[in-house]
Amino acid sequence: MTVSGADLPKATVLVKDGLITDVGPSLAIPADAWVIDGSGLIVYPGFINALSTWGIPDLAPATPAAGQRATATPTPTQQPAQQQTPQPRVHGPEDRPQNNSYERAADLVKPTDRRLEGVRAVGFTSSATFPNRGIFAGEGALIDLAGDRGADMVVAQPIGEQIILRSGGFRSGFPGSLMGLISYVRQLYLDLDQYQQAKAIYAAHVTGTPRPEYDHYLEGLAEAPRILLPADQAQQIDRIAAFANELKKPAVLYGLHEAFLRVDALKQSNLPVLVNLHWPDKPREPDPADVPSLRELELRANAPGVPAQLNKAGVPFAFYSEGADSGPDLKKQVKKAIDAGLPLAAAIRALTLSPAQIYGLSDRLGTIDKGKIANLVVTKGEAFEDKTTVEYVFVDGKLFKPSKVPPASPAGERGRN
Amino acid sequence: MRSVLLFTALAFAAHAETIFIRNATVLTVTKGTIQNGSVLIQDGKVAAVGKFLSPGLIDCHSHTAVEGSVNEGSLSDSSMVNIADVLDPSDINIYRALAGGLTVSNVLHGSANAIGGQTIVIKLRWGRPAKDLIFEGAKPGIKFALGENPKRQGYPAEFFSSPAAQERRYPGTRLGVEDEIREDFTQAKIYQNKWKLYNDSLAHGEHPIPPRRDLRLEPLVEVLEGKRYVHAHSYRADEILALIRTADEMGFKIRTFQHVLEGYKVAKEIAAHGAGASTFSDWYGYKYEVIDATPYNAAIMTRKGVVVSLNSDSDELQRHLNWDAAKVVRYGGMTPDEALAMVTINPAKQLGIDDKVGSIEPGKSADLVLYDQHPLSNYSKVLKVWIDGRQYFDLAQDLKDRDTRAARKKELLAKEKADEDAAKKKAEADKKEAKPPKEGTV
Repeated sequence: MTVSGADLPKATVLVKDGLITDVGPSLAIPADAWVIDGSGLIVYPGFINALSTWGIPDLAPATPAAGQRATATPTPTQQPAQQQTPQPRVHGPEDRPQNNSYERAADLVKPTDRRLEGVRAVGFTSSATFPNRGIFAGEGALIDLAGDRGADMVVAQPIGEQIILRSGGFRSGFPGSLMGLISYVRQLYLDLDQYQQAKAIYAAHVTGTPRPEYDHYLEGLAEAPRILLPADQAQQIDRIAAFANELKKPAVLYGLHEAFLRVDALKQSNLPVLVNLHWPDKPREPDPADVPSLRELELRANAPGVPAQLNKAGVPFAFYSEGADSGPDLKKQVKKAIDAGLPLAAAIRALTLSPAQIYGLSDRLGTIDKGKIANLVVTKGEAFEDKTTVEYVFVDGKLFKPSKVPPASPAGERGRN
Repeated sequence: MRSVLLFTALAFAAHAETIFIRNATVLTVTKGTIQNGSVLIQDGKVAAVGKFLSPGLIDCHSHTAVEGSVNEGSLSDSSMVNIADVLDPSDINIYRALAGGLTVSNVLHGSANAIGGQTIVIKLRWGRPAKDLIFEGAKPGIKFALGENPKRQGYPAEFFSSPAAQERRYPGTRLGVEDEIREDFTQAKIYQNKWKLYNDSLAHGEHPIPPRRDLRLEPLVEVLEGKRYVHAHSYRADEILALIRTADEMGFKIRTFQHVLEGYKVAKEIAAHGAGASTFSDWYGYKYEVIDATPYNAAIMTRKGVVVSLNSDSDELQRHLNWDAAKVVRYGGMTPDEALAMVTINPAKQLGIDDKVGSIEPGKSADLVLYDQHPLSNYSKVLKVWIDGRQYFDLAQDLKDRDTRAARKKELLAKEKADEDAAKKKAEADKKEAKPPKEGTV
């Protein structure tokens, strides 16, 4: 299943030096090639998580018990709780609170992240990985999920700046409210405009012009080619789509669980979106006195149908995981979207070509085509079906066999540590 | 959200040619004769027969339909934040307020700090997205606050273990609140001047570096230029006078004093400044700084020449502002017309929208409320509400919608239960197969 074109039955994929060197029926097989028989198997492009912290070991949940959904995403901005000395007061956006705009995922990823093996086992070979700290949460990198060193994993960077609208609440410093967060982001992008203007004027008239002050935070924003903005509920989608328009920067929305109420608006906005695979669910141990609201019930019932609706309307979308980080869990969540009406081919696309396109990397990732990075997943049975097994996973042309015992193969397992 | 969609559909369907006959003696034959009654004609049929038609009610002090905190309380001047950014059109309180005859709200930032956030006037167009709630042509505002709330310095750090605890906030006294406001406007004037110098320099063919745009100071410059109204939370006479002096000194106007429970002591000064007063009918004694309040406040200020409105400041109270207005007939002997004016034309005047709403007159928006009895009676019920001639509330329809929603809820809960049971069954069946769990399945 090439994703770029028609499915090729009985085809051969040639892989060399980490790249796909050819694909098609009846290829001449080089004499020195290691041949894997694909009879009865299906080859997909490797799956891409369109937004995660995969590969950053510090951000892995503390105890990811096998098969259990990891709980909340960690909040690394929180400092040790025993600290009692008051922090210096933040006076506003000019103090750049909770700002890690310059932090690069590319500098933080390591193959030692223990989540990688489990997600490779269900076919994920890449991730748009972001550092996820603070409000300006840093610059993402598109990484492959294996390598000897962190640097081996990086496919492209920076691919965007993630904004997280998370505030400390009433008693914390600025920003302590949603409107504070929005004004903060707005101010920084205005500052960026002025910063770039000032630098240009200075460059043209160095002598005699006071030099503009160097701003680490704005440098981070300037580097990122796009902004990732959160929008989950219907009114948030309206708000953030308008805000993205106001910022006049390429933007991608993430979240989108209530997008079943805003499909047309999203279509009109022309914004690509990342749909969170962690579908809203009933609380594990609900308080019997809590009666869920109709809105909550509609959300639970309709959220997994969002991908099907976006697909039908032609809104570009990709999948990402938030707190659904274990392999089996991810599989279950994608299956839910398929059961809610998303065609399998569209689900595969949302995990391969779509994220590659959204991040402007479809020239190297997302399809099985000559010249692309050799990220492949080989299954027995159609992907996401109950009885289907993953037989082989290739990352950068290196083979991983997702079984408990590492196979004694010539190429495999180098990336595992 | 299904209810939202349902309601929108109905509202749009009802936007046909509508004729209203008022001040008529209606001979219903079956239901008796209604003196000074009203008849609504829609699509050629009598759709409603009521007795009383009033302009849509207007609330000059609301915090409804705001997502997240209404306070950016971290700073003493948080004028960069804007309520318009966080309107939540799905807030059910919009609909509940509509059901009480409210059609316009002045949605304000809270009172945690001397200069709070930017504010916005909305029409309660339930079912529409946030951008459609904004009252076209209404001047935006900014919230100020005096007294205890802005001078509260925050809790001492040891009070809570949060590492986010920051150094205490200035100011800690009423003197400091005035100083804060004076200082902020001084900065705004410097900022205004920076841009003037920059533009002058450009005009002289120089190549100046543009000043940084400052979202905190820009709204204050707009206040100085008369493009933005100041709504000032206040209680005590001394702080009210102090703010009038500061405003005169800095060269701006207070549009309304909000709460203004000691306004009756300084009503002449408020009127002379040209400010309005938006107060509670009989809400007082809830904290020490309102110890000297009286329910006669609205009446006294009115008699001294102040334009007075009654506000809700509450998602609950906003549902029956007409009953609150009735109280000033009891306290202070206002006429029923004067009482109703305090929740219609007077707040419209205070918000500068009295040319568009606030009374039933030719040329104004058809924001109308139909009651079964006189709205100042606490037996009155709202039957229908229109905004811009479009129906947004209908009591009879509301009762039907409740059944629809209850049925839908039941259906969804049943489906969840069925799905859960099916999943359990499947898990058990899988166990019985007793194969070792296979890793790496996709």
